[in-house]
Amino acid sequence: MSGHPSTYEPKYAATKWMDQRLPIIRMGADFMTFPSPRNLNYWWTFGGILALCLVSQIITGIILAMHYVPHVDYAFDSVQRIKRDVPYGWLLQPMHAVGASMFFLAVYVHMLRGLYYGSYKAPRELLWIIGCLIYLIMMATGFLGYTLPWGQMSFWGATVITGFFGAVPVVGESLQQWLLGGYAVDNATLNRFFALHYLLPFVIAALVGLHVWALHHAGQNNPIGITPKTKEDTLSFHPFYTVKDGFALCVFFLIFAFFIFYQPDALGHADNYIRADALKTPPHIVPEWYFLPFYAILRAVPDKLAGILLMVGAIAVLFVLPWLDTSKVRSMRFRPVARGFFIVFLIMCFILGWCGAESPDNIAFAFGTNDAGEKVGLSFYRLSQISTFYYFAFFLIILPLLGLMEKPKERPESITKAVLGGSHGAAAPAE
Amino acid sequence: MAFSKTLTLLLVGGVSLAGLTLGATTMASAAGGGTGDYEMVHKHWHFKGITGTYDRAAAQRGYQVYREVCSSCHALEQLAFRHLGDNGAPFENADYPNPNENPYIKAFAADWSVEDVDGDTGDVIERPAITADKFPPIFPNPAAARASNSGALPPDLSTIVAARNGGADYLYNLLIAYDAKKPDDVELTPGLYYNPVMDGGKIAMANPLSDGLVEYAPIEVNDHGEVKTIPAPEATVEQMAADVTEFLAWSSDPKMEQRKQAGFATMLYLLILSVLMWFSYQRVWKNVKH
Repeated sequence: MSGHPSTYEPKYAATKWMDQRLPIIRMGADFMTFPSPRNLNYWWTFGGILALCLVSQIITGIILAMHYVPHVDYAFDSVQRIKRDVPYGWLLQPMHAVGASMFFLAVYVHMLRGLYYGSYKAPRELLWIIGCLIYLIMMATGFLGYTLPWGQMSFWGATVITGFFGAVPVVGESLQQWLLGGYAVDNATLNRFFALHYLLPFVIAALVGLHVWALHHAGQNNPIGITPKTKEDTLSFHPFYTVKDGFALCVFFLIFAFFIFYQPDALGHADNYIRADALKTPPHIVPEWYFLPFYAILRAVPDKLAGILLMVGAIAVLFVLPWLDTSKVRSMRFRPVARGFFIVFLIMCFILGWCGAESPDNIAFAFGTNDAGEKVGLSFYRLSQISTFYYFAFFLIILPLLGLMEKPKERPESITKAVLGGSHGAAAPAE
Repeated sequence: MAFSKTLTLLLVGGVSLAGLTLGATTMASAAGGGTGDYEMVHKHWHFKGITGTYDRAAAQRGYQVYREVCSSCHALEQLAFRHLGDNGAPFENADYPNPNENPYIKAFAADWSVEDVDGDTGDVIERPAITADKFPPIFPNPAAARASNSGALPPDLSTIVAARNGGADYLYNLLIAYDAKKPDDVELTPGLYYNPVMDGGKIAMANPLSDGLVEYAPIEVNDHGEVKTIPAPEATVEQMAADVTEFLAWSSDPKMEQRKQAGFATMLYLLILSVLMWFSYQRVWKNVKH
């Protein structure tokens, strides 16, 4: 499975027996000794963090599912019962709910790292595409899961999102009814959402397996984007990166724990503490924070179908990114112009998130007041249009053209040269 | 080199944490800003902060306000009577670790009647509640609730503090803001009252509180064996509003105290582990330039 020659020697009769039949111990051993570039920085620790996020979500989720009741009359109360009466439910429920936010936080860092250091370029196109697929299924899982507590925002969020499918030409209405299992979000919807919310994490787990396999075949990218050439360019995964990832993981879990124990509701919506009511629309239907940039893209155009196409396109464009970026240089460390555009891209993503949380008619930046005393200036609607334009331009215009026009900085010959400036260093762990 | 990287990491972690919290708090305080000239009062709640606990005496008085005033229209559908005596609850008592044996809880339960079925005859009967019962609904169904409240549905109060942007401050201000002067552009139809804390300034609930509405008694609080007597405060509107808010804040988040205690231990553990991991990292990488 791993792309480096195996150094594992079975020592005992049992391990030898095993090795001839199912070399699973060998696989684990090779995993631990996998040669990793010696210059990986902390941005590379998020892969391991994400793996743990997935494990945590699956374990807490399975236990929650033992107590949750997927029925419109009982779902809301069963979640309250979990928080009030189920032993340690008060811990499991926020672990799972906050865990979803932390999972998305980590995945965004992970994706932006890949974007900045060109981790999607040959030979890692499939690795990147599998990652995009995982992200897409994560979004579906997150959305389905948010419906389950059956609060006001659950219900109306589900109504709005499934409403998008109704905008598909010709088959839209039938498609929407097929998805919902009826004319509106109701018990049939809740039941299938629960079933799918339980299923998809295991699909993600399988894709993570493929993702790691592809990673171990192509090898990790690294901050300078130069492929390791000699043995000195790499370090054994264990102990070097287990300990580094371990440290980063602890720091990440400190932030995670802060939210679980001290701000469990900060990343959610107050409205979800109100039982779902099909007759009462909340004043502001807002998705979870991790969907806000896409929600802003959806609302950036007046036409519903065009908005949906843009939103789908915003994710679809990631899948073809390996062929949009024409530059042969992986790391943006050596692409100062691209780096500038990347930083603007990052800012635009935050602005999109901000636009997604605000009402489009509100004024983001006021320049003054009109005769009626109302503020005039740049509305969130216009701001989301500007940032949506930049989002697509970055992928469809800037990256393709820049690769042809930009003159990259001179790159070091090898990782070892870059790190040691020519001299050699022993790569053995201290005792 | 390594140090500056760690610093960067801590910075990134710190900034994202601050950003998330800030974002969340701005989102939380964005709504419920009020109409007219009313200035929201921001109280310092006993349960805020990382070591905050519920003020037992205030929450106990708050239960009295709920029972004598709010419960004529508002239910507490997520609560059972036994919850009142749980760990971290208003009537927690070290002498009665099992709240079902707590005489206060028994008495509170017996003060309510719940619907049941007579096991011998099958008739629907009313009987006094026991500690294991949930708080009964106030109205038999939503239609009946609307019919008794000129079309408005009194919301359930068991999660009300969590269910409103602004939380405890929102509820407290809602209860004390009835005297605010109505701006001319707010037009009220019969059955609606002016309340600047509500979106649009209109509320279907008449001012529920007036000075001296309930009669407070001194409260004995058993704080892990140490019995203290807390004198009865004057039952002003502000006092009653603060007390019932304290009680309903507990009702929205009854496990807060356990959570904060476990959080302290967990954070401390993770902090020590992080430091140990940091030193292990330094040690393992000592001879390796990167």
